[in-house]
Amino acid sequence: MPAPEAVEALRVRFGAEPFAEGAVVPKDDLVAAARALRDAHGYRQYVLTSATDRGKEGLELLHGLRNVETKDTLFLKVKLPAEGAAAPSLALVFAGAEWHEREVFDLFGIAFDGHPDLRRLLMPDEYEGHPLRKEFPMDAPWGYRPATRGEGA
Amino acid sequence: MTEGLTVVEREFGELALNMGPQHPSTHGVLRLVLTLRGETVVRADPVIGYLHRGVEKLSENLAWDQLAPVFERNDYLAPTANSLAFCVVAERLGKFEVPRRGAWLRTYVAEWQRIASHLVWLGTYGLDLGGALGGGTTLYMSCFRERESILDHLETLTGTRFHTNFNLIGGARYDLDAASAGAGRELASAIGRALPELRALTEKTSIFRDRTRGVGTISRDLALSVGTTGPTARASGVDQDLRRDAPYDAYPELSFTVPTRAEGDALARYEVRMEEIGVSLGLVRQILEGLPEGPIFSRKPIKNPKAARIPAGEGYAAIESPRGELGMYAVADGKAFPVRLKINAPSFRNLQVVPHVVPGHLVADVVSILGSLDPVLGDVDR
Repeated sequence: MPAPEAVEALRVRFGAEPFAEGAVVPKDDLVAAARALRDAHGYRQYVLTSATDRGKEGLELLHGLRNVETKDTLFLKVKLPAEGAAAPSLALVFAGAEWHEREVFDLFGIAFDGHPDLRRLLMPDEYEGHPLRKEFPMDAPWGYRPATRGEGA
Repeated sequence: MTEGLTVVEREFGELALNMGPQHPSTHGVLRLVLTLRGETVVRADPVIGYLHRGVEKLSENLAWDQLAPVFERNDYLAPTANSLAFCVVAERLGKFEVPRRGAWLRTYVAEWQRIASHLVWLGTYGLDLGGALGGGTTLYMSCFRERESILDHLETLTGTRFHTNFNLIGGARYDLDAASAGAGRELASAIGRALPELRALTEKTSIFRDRTRGVGTISRDLALSVGTTGPTARASGVDQDLRRDAPYDAYPELSFTVPTRAEGDALARYEVRMEEIGVSLGLVRQILEGLPEGPIFSRKPIKNPKAARIPAGEGYAAIESPRGELGMYAVADGKAFPVRLKINAPSFRNLQVVPHVVPGHLVADVVSILGSLDPVLGDVDR
C-alpha cells in the first residue's frame, strides 16, 4: 500500500490523480515525480516497470517504487496513446529501470526518451511487432519464421 | 627469484569474448558478451531472451483457474513459488478466502521448495567453482542426494515430484496425512544433520573462501537502485523479506529470523542462503507441530475452470520465492480471462546487476559472481 502522504504530495505538486496502488502522473512530470519520491519520500528501491494495453483507451505505463524502511510500494502510472507511445525514461534515476524499460519497449512498443540503450530485450533484434499489444495475434499468420543469422543473432 | 627473468607485457587491446548461451556455468541459456583487457573484464553485456516463451501473452488467453500450472514452469527450481504468487494476487483481487489449514500447507510446501532450491544452488555453485571443491562433484552429489529426498517427500504428498501443482486460488489441492507428517519430521532432521557436512565441504576449503570473499561486491545503494531482491539484496544489507514485511498465508503466525549480511560479496550471499536453509527447516518443524485442523480449500470443487470471475480492478501482490520478491501485477475486467498479468521475476532483477559489478574482475570470477546470484533463466525470460 502506498503511503497517503506521498500520494498527497504528488497530487499537490504534479496534479497526480490517486488510484488504489499509487498515483497517475502527467507524462512530462514522470521523472520529476520519481526523483521526488526517491529523494524526499525514501522510495529508493526499484521494483518493476509494466504496461497494460487497454485497447481503445490506449496504453498504461507503470513504475513500481518501494520504501524499504516503511515497506510501502507505490506505483506511478502514466497514460499513453496507442499510436506513437513514448514516455521519458527513468533509467538515469533508477539503474534498475534500464532492463525493465527495454522489456516494455520490446513487448509493447513504448519508446523511452533518454534511455541509454534502447534495444529489444527478450525478442530477437529483427523481430517485427510487439507481442503484448492486444492487436498482436496469438496464431502466427506468417507461419514459422526462423531467426536470421547476422549481427546480434 | 625472478632474477634473470624478464616478463614481457604486451598490449593486445580489447578482446570480445562470448560466454554462452551454451555454457555450463551460465545456469541455462544466458549469453554474456565480455570485453576483456588481458584477463580482466572491462565490460559485460548480458544477452537474455533465449528462453522467452511468452508466458505473459499466454496468460491473457487462459482463464484464471487454468493459469497456476502454467506459471509453475517459470522458475523451474521452485515451481510452487510461481503458482503461489499468482494465487495470492488472484485471491487479493477476487477476495477469496484461504482456509487456515490450506494456508499452512501452502507454506509447508513453499518452505520445502526453498530448501530444495537452495540445495541446487549450492551444488551447482560447487560445480562453478570446480576443482577447488573436490572436482565440484562431491558437493554437487551431496546436495542432490538431500534434494532428492525432498522431491520424494513432495511426491508422496502430491503425486508429482516437481511441478506439484499444489496451489489453487482459494487454498491447497492436497492434504497432509499423519504418515506424511511423520516422514516430513524425519526428513527435516535428516537435512538438519546433513547441513554441517555441506558447510564443511565448502567453508573449510580456503580456495572457496578466496574465490568468494570480496568478489562481486554489491553496495547497498546499488542493490536498491537496481532493485536486487531476496538473498542477493539481504547480503548487501537490505533487510527485506516479504514473509515478514508483507506477510501472506501462514507466515504471520510463525516465528523466524531474517539473516542479513552487510558485506555484499559472493561469500555473504553464500552465508545468507545457508542460514536460510536452517530458518526454513525451523519453519517446516513449526508447521508440522502446529498444523491446524479444518478444510484446505474455500471454494466449490472446480468443474469448469473458465467459470471463475475476478471483479474488475488491478493490484500487486508478491511472495518471497527462494530467489527473492516474486510479484505479480494483475489487471482484471470481470471477464473470464485476465487483461494483463505482469510477472515481476526475482532472477531478472538480480541478473541486472551483472553489468554493474562484473567489470574489474577476472574472467574466472565472472562464473563465481554469476553463480552467487542464483539466476534461473526460465524466470528471467518468462
